[in-house]
Amino acid sequence: MTAAAIARPAGAEPAPERLVLAVDGATCAGCMRKIERGVSSLPGVVGARFNLTTHRLAVDARPEAVTLPQVIARLDRLGYAARPYAPDEAETASQARERRLIRALAVAGFGAANVMLLSVSVWSGAAGGMTGETRDLFHWISALIALPVVGYAGQPFFESAFAALRARRLNMDVPISLAVLLALVMSVIQTAAGAEEAYFDSAVMLLFFLLIGRVLEAGSRSQMRNLGQNLLALRRPTVTRLTGRGSMAEVAATAVRAGERILVAPGERIGVDGRVVEGASTLDDSLITGESAPKAVGIGARVFAGTLNLTGALTVEATAPGSNTLLAEIGELLERASAARGRYRALADRAAELYAPLVHGLAAATLLGWLVAGAGWQPSMLHAITVLIITCPCALGLAVPAVQAVATAALFRNRVLVNSGDALERLAEIDTVVFDKTGTLSDPGPALENAHDVAPESLHAAARLARSSRHVLARALARACPEATPVVDVHEVAGSGVTGREKGVELRLGSRAFCGVGEEDDADEPPLMELWFRREGEAPVVFLFDQHLKSDARHVVAGLAEAGLAVEMLSGDREATVRQAAEELGIARWRAGVDPKDKIARIDGLRGLGRNVLMVGDGLNDAAALQAANVSAAPASALDITQSAADIVIIGERLAPLLAALDAAKRARRLMLQNFALAGLYNAIAIPLAVAGLVSPLLAALFMSGSSIAATLNALRAARPRSTLPWT
Amino acid sequence: MDVIIYLLPVALALGLIGLGAFFWCLKTGQFDDLEGAAHRVLTDDDEDGPD
Repeated sequence: MTAAAIARPAGAEPAPERLVLAVDGATCAGCMRKIERGVSSLPGVVGARFNLTTHRLAVDARPEAVTLPQVIARLDRLGYAARPYAPDEAETASQARERRLIRALAVAGFGAANVMLLSVSVWSGAAGGMTGETRDLFHWISALIALPVVGYAGQPFFESAFAALRARRLNMDVPISLAVLLALVMSVIQTAAGAEEAYFDSAVMLLFFLLIGRVLEAGSRSQMRNLGQNLLALRRPTVTRLTGRGSMAEVAATAVRAGERILVAPGERIGVDGRVVEGASTLDDSLITGESAPKAVGIGARVFAGTLNLTGALTVEATAPGSNTLLAEIGELLERASAARGRYRALADRAAELYAPLVHGLAAATLLGWLVAGAGWQPSMLHAITVLIITCPCALGLAVPAVQAVATAALFRNRVLVNSGDALERLAEIDTVVFDKTGTLSDPGPALENAHDVAPESLHAAARLARSSRHVLARALARACPEATPVVDVHEVAGSGVTGREKGVELRLGSRAFCGVGEEDDADEPPLMELWFRREGEAPVVFLFDQHLKSDARHVVAGLAEAGLAVEMLSGDREATVRQAAEELGIARWRAGVDPKDKIARIDGLRGLGRNVLMVGDGLNDAAALQAANVSAAPASALDITQSAADIVIIGERLAPLLAALDAAKRARRLMLQNFALAGLYNAIAIPLAVAGLVSPLLAALFMSGSSIAATLNALRAARPRSTLPWT
Repeated sequence: MDVIIYLLPVALALGLIGLGAFFWCLKTGQFDDLEGAAHRVLTDDDEDGPD
């Protein structure tokens, strides 16, 4: 997304700056209009244009009049979460590649249309008495068009073929390049000799059809990637940095240097590794360790990036620069691990390895055969080129990517994001599913446990107070009573709770001490999360919170078992909690208190037994296990790093999309195999004809594209089921 | 048949103009948002000036 044209008032002030934001939740034309109008009305904004395909907003604004946070705040008021977006290098590069393919396609289309026009004239002229001079003129004009067109539009193929040859490998682009170049050389020689036939049309048409396939594939891939990148940008951590004079600034976590202090409000994730210098709180480090019970921290405690601050405001002094946190380190480890891991060899690659030598061998054999049989070198060469064109592996080359692209797009509508191209193939082969518990089978956040033990009016009043707090427990309480409206006169005491006043009566919601309740001494009880509520002059009420299993976890586990898959649960959590969850879900094989190494060991063990394992997890402690499994999935609530380690990301709070993904993967694999069969059948019929010299190169190009179209049409069936889940 | 001496260059030039126009559209980002463009034609944003 570069230069979307934005109308600017004539004779405008100093050059406005272009800001790009990833915007979440805008899915319709109405949103587009609302966002553009809302942002344009900010003073200093010259133009705003929302891209409904990439879900990004380009704002042209004068930097002295309006700042990025103001734009984000405006979008927030409009009801859309937004984050600044900067494309990374890989994305810029692949965007450039896609542009180049489109330009190559346009040039090839131009060439194909004009060369075909001339060829058709020559063919009809041959029957209608065209003179040899006119025919030669037409051939030369064809050459004039075809040579530069192939020189430009063929580059993607030539480069890829050249790179493969230099690495002493063969890929699908080698026979394509060979066929195109040989056909051109042949044609020029034929034309110079004034022969009746030239094959510029075949070469250009071949490139044109191949490029159509590549452009479609690249397009659908880049759209998936765009949306995936948006998701990541929306979650990119920012921290509140404290400066010496007590002022605060919102900065990216990676910009924090060692020794700087950051403020972590309750409900926020800690952005850096560091030490607590002020405040006390409880932390949820389930994403790091898998342990679900909150951990109390005070001054001097070491804290790690990625943990969630639950109850009190903390001031943390960074001990490592933001770019050097535990999170970032694990990220690097992961990268190395994934590079080292023996990559799954995709179906198409395996096919190409068998197919490419076969094609070259056949073409060479045809050439030699015809030469030996006494045909001149020109007809022999011609037949060999025909073999190269007709065996051109487009149907094969399309068989897999087309199905992948269609299935991926269909899954995205069902809220599954597929990260890697061959993930679906691997997913179709699994026989064992290993789940993490916290955040994967259970909800990532706490939920109110004892709603039925509390008087409804107390719940309602407490929820009204909770509305105005950002605290995780308060939010969970507010969720439990959605009809509660916020109390107007509320005061939040950081780290303790909120107080409000209604009809002259003071209401308090917060910690035990905040509500004037004495300390309890039954310390051996597992620490449930609690919140106290007290109306002035009445007895205090306690709200207890716990993590709930996801609403459809049972259904999904049952569905997997029904499909004949073995289901296991490995959790870093305490045994009692894990046992309870396992019983509730009907999972017979489970282990508690597992650390990341044990998880990897278990998965390696399973793979050693010849099992194909799907790992589903969200925590940092799962990231390495995700890499170790054959294929992996993570919910969108997982840390970025875990998401990027996973092959599949499930968007939303439910697990059911996992079943849809499995289903789609199986169907996609079936369609891929069908496509291979189709391509095989086509080759079995066409190759003997070509070797026998019964097919002209142009006819070969038409046959070839016919088989590609059949493969593409078959791939479209991967789009089912058409049913889509709502996005909210 | 002599007329093809003129017709061929004219046909090619027209084709090249079309190709050039496509490249220009691509460069100015007119294909960046195919989905949004389909809806944009339906919204009346003239009433509050150009956006």
